[in-house]
Parts: sequence; C-alpha cells; structure tokens
Amino acid sequence: MNNAAMKATRPTLAINHVAKYFDLKGSSVEALRDINLTINKGEFVCLIGASGCGKSTLLRIIAGFEKASSGTVEMYGTPITGPGPERGMVFQDFALFPWLTVRQNIAFGPRQRGLAKDKIDEISGRYTEMVGLAKFADYYPSQLSGGMKQRVAIARVLANDADILLMDEPFGALDALTREKMQQELLEIWQRTKATVVFVTHSVEEAVVLAGRVVVMTASPGRVEDDSRIDLARPRDFSAMDFNQVRRDITERITSHLTTGKTVAKAA
Amino acid sequence: MNELTRNAPPDPISLASHKDASAKIARRRRLRDRISGIALGAGFPILLVILWDLAVRYTGTRLIPSPREVAVMMYDFSFGGIYDDAFSGTILTHVQKSMERVYGGFLLAAALGIPIGLMIGRIKLLRQMLDPTISLLRPIPVTAWLPLSMIFFGLGPNAAIFLVFLGAFFPIMLNTVFGVRSVDPRLFEAASMLGCSGSAMFRQIVLPASLPAIFNGLRLGHGFAWILIVVGEMTGVPTGLGSVIMDGRNLSRTDLAIVGMIVIGVLGFATDWLIVMLNNRLLAWSPQHHE
Repeated sequence: MNNAAMKATRPTLAINHVAKYFDLKGSSVEALRDINLTINKGEFVCLIGASGCGKSTLLRIIAGFEKASSGTVEMYGTPITGPGPERGMVFQDFALFPWLTVRQNIAFGPRQRGLAKDKIDEISGRYTEMVGLAKFADYYPSQLSGGMKQRVAIARVLANDADILLMDEPFGALDALTREKMQQELLEIWQRTKATVVFVTHSVEEAVVLAGRVVVMTASPGRVEDDSRIDLARPRDFSAMDFNQVRRDITERITSHLTTGKTVAKAA
Repeated sequence: MNELTRNAPPDPISLASHKDASAKIARRRRLRDRISGIALGAGFPILLVILWDLAVRYTGTRLIPSPREVAVMMYDFSFGGIYDDAFSGTILTHVQKSMERVYGGFLLAAALGIPIGLMIGRIKLLRQMLDPTISLLRPIPVTAWLPLSMIFFGLGPNAAIFLVFLGAFFPIMLNTVFGVRSVDPRLFEAASMLGCSGSAMFRQIVLPASLPAIFNGLRLGHGFAWILIVVGEMTGVPTGLGSVIMDGRNLSRTDLAIVGMIVIGVLGFATDWLIVMLNNRLLAWSPQHHE
C-alpha cells in the first residue's frame, strides 16, 4: 500500500490501551488507565474533565513529549515515537520564541524544512495574513496582546502543514471577550484548513461551542468516561435552548462521576 | 463640552494637527528628560572633584595632589611639554598595551567561556564531570594565581593576559550556564515539534534564549578584566596603565597614579557603553534586558 492510500484508510489517530504512570517521590501514580480513542480526519474533538484527569498528559503523549507507559498511539498506522511537525501543539502559555518577530515565529517550521527563502516568505506571509496580523508582522511577542500571541502560535503550527492541531487549554489565559473571538476564529480556520483538532479544555461551554465530539475524562486514574457527538448546527448560539441542553448533559456526565464517588465513600 | 460636540465625529484636519502637536510635545519631553539625565550623571562627579579640592585645601595635605595638579599631570602624560620625564606624552603607548591585554584576555575568556557554558548547561554528563572542579576553582582569588602564572608565562604580558582571562572567564561561563539552564523547557518542546533538533537546537534556541544571561556575564567579565589588568601589569611589564600606577606608587608620584586610575575608568566606561549598545541591539526583543 502506498503512502496516500494508507493515509486514506487508516485513522488519523489511533490510541490503543494507553496507560501512563508518573514517579512521584518514589511512589508510582497512575495518571491514565486504558485509554482507547480513534480520531478521524477533520474531526474537532474536545477532551474535557476536571483537573487531574490526565487530559493534558494524553495530549502530551499524542504530541510525543511524553511516552506512554504501555499501549500505543498511531498516526495513519505509524507509531508515534517523538514530537513531529505533522502534530502541532498550541500551548496555553503560547511558547513563542521571544527573540523572533511574528513573521519569523511563523516561518520557524518552514525554515527547519530547509525551503527556499522566497517560499518561506510566501508561507509566513500567507499565514500572518490568515490570522489577521499582517500589520504586526515585524513586532516581537513581548509587544503583542495575549490573543495576538495565541494567533501567532496557531499560525506557526499551520504554516508547518500540521495535520493535527493539539491545543492545550489554548484560550485559558485570555480574557472572556478575546476568548470568544478566538473560538470563532479557530472554527473558521478549522473549516478552511480541514485540519484535525484535539482540544483540551475544562470549560463545558467552550467544548459545546467548538467540538463535533466531546470526550469526557474522569480523574484518578484518568479514564474515558464518555464519548459523544455534538450535532448542533454551526454557528452555534450560546443562548439557544438546545445549546443549553447539551451543556447540561455534558456537565452532568462530568459531575455524575464525582457524586458516585461520594456515595461510594459514604457506603464504605 | 456639550452633547453635540461630544457626539460629532472629530474633524480630521484638527485631529491630524493635534496628533502632530502631541508628538512634538512628547519629543520635547524626551529631550528634556535626556538632558537632565546627562546633567545629573555628569554633575555628581564634578561635585566629587570640588569636594576633593576643598578637602585638600582644608587639610593642607602634601600626600594627595589637588585636582589641578592631577590635571596638569594628565596634560603632561597626554601631550608632554611640562615635566618632560619618562612619562611625558606616553599615554597612547600605555593605553594601547593595556587594551591589547585586557581585550585579548577578555575575548579569549568569551571565546572559551560562552561555548563551554552552553555545553555544560545543556549536556548533563559534562555538567556532572565539570561542576565540582569549577566550584573548587572558582573561590580562588585570581590574584592568588600570580606566582603560578609567572612560572607558566614568565615575566611579561602573557602572565597579565592569563590573569585577565581567568578573571573574566568564570563570570562569562557561569552566567552562560545559568542562561541555558533557565531556558523555558516549553521552547524546546515548541522547537522540536516544529522539526528542530540536534545542533540546530543549539544555534536556534539555546543560544538566543540565553543571550540575556550571556550579556550579563560579558559585562561582569569586562569589569573584572579591567580590575585585573593592574594586578597583571604588576608582574614586571614596563608598559601599561597598571605599571604606570605601580611606578607612581614606587616614585611617590600620587598624581601619576591617579592619572592612571582616571584613564582606566574612562576606558572601562567607554567599553561598557559599547557592550550595552550591542546588548540593546541584539536584545531589542526583550524589554527587561533593554537599557
């Protein structure tokens, strides 16, 4: 089977029986237990759960920054062994290179691939434009607002032709108004580029605004509690009845686990 | 302001001229700020010289020359024609010799200290191997190396260069190590996911990210270099500002010693200014490290 055919038939991401243990002061802590997920091309998946449920750890394993203690993560059927340009991470704290301008940050990936200079300029120009920062192309990150920084981070990953966007609470550090605006922009970019997005958040509302599929995780150890589609039409309306219904459903699924935990504790 | 004018769109012409005027005011304020800064910075040493002059007059001491006598000596040292002795008009020779040694030792320290610091900061094995040795060598005062350096390099300029090198090397290297160790690990993750690895990581991430700390080290090291030149030139070299100061002491010509001190101060000041300018140019991206 050639490469293109393999891409077409294999799932974009296949997570099989992934477990993760951390060493904490000599004792082993189970962060993830038997995670199984299959994510297909073009999906927008939100991983949601209370803090400590391992959602960020799972994302970091997909990114290749951490190794699973057991199990495998495969992209188009090939096991992931480390970070790579086909999986672009967008961090909550942006992680821009402060010594590079907006344009140079976006050009970082293409430069690593050793493209010709005019090709690099063309790509970085296009993506600077795409995230609406053409006027700020020669600014340094320290001169930008939080929302602008996150736009640079997204453009930097897109400019590198990432198939999968891995987003770790990317809008968590932004104010509410900027966050809403960024959510809309991200949706536009997703629809335009047809990228696959795995988005970690602890905000139910954010998940319902963005996701086509919500994966609810529960803590200690981190497990997948629920995996469901959201079929609300886009663009989604915060104030609509069905939006609120979905939000309530998901909130219940997250908190039901917490309350069952309590009853178990009482019984014991 | 009444309701009408508040809601009316601003007249574009008056807006433009208003913008112009406020830019002019801002420029004038910046200029005034700058002039008062320079006046304050220059005024204080002038005040010190006046106090010095008054103190010499009031006590009537013969041990310390007055500012006037030092100025005369400075003139003679620079241009000759007053005392016509071994020091008249020799300033350029001494300055040139001292600068060769200071910058020779300093550049050698930077050329070795920065790459070694980068590697120690990044490579664990190297750190484990070298850390104890460095911690052992570092507290030894550079002046304590004087006897050994004279054995290694003999009586002459090389011993001075060696001392300057030792004095500048440790601050440069240790600040570089510190800079590398405090690079945000996220930046390495971000770079590796964008396809950067191996030696490219060194050049593209480690070096620029630790540049602010490296510049701190360079400024410190440069200061030590000038301190050590006086010690270095006590090792029996006939020329150099350190040897001029030693001669002044041996000949009880305090005015000569003070002249040597002033020249060193001015040269050190000028080079530090150059380093700060370079710092501002290379670290324009970092508001904290911009002076």
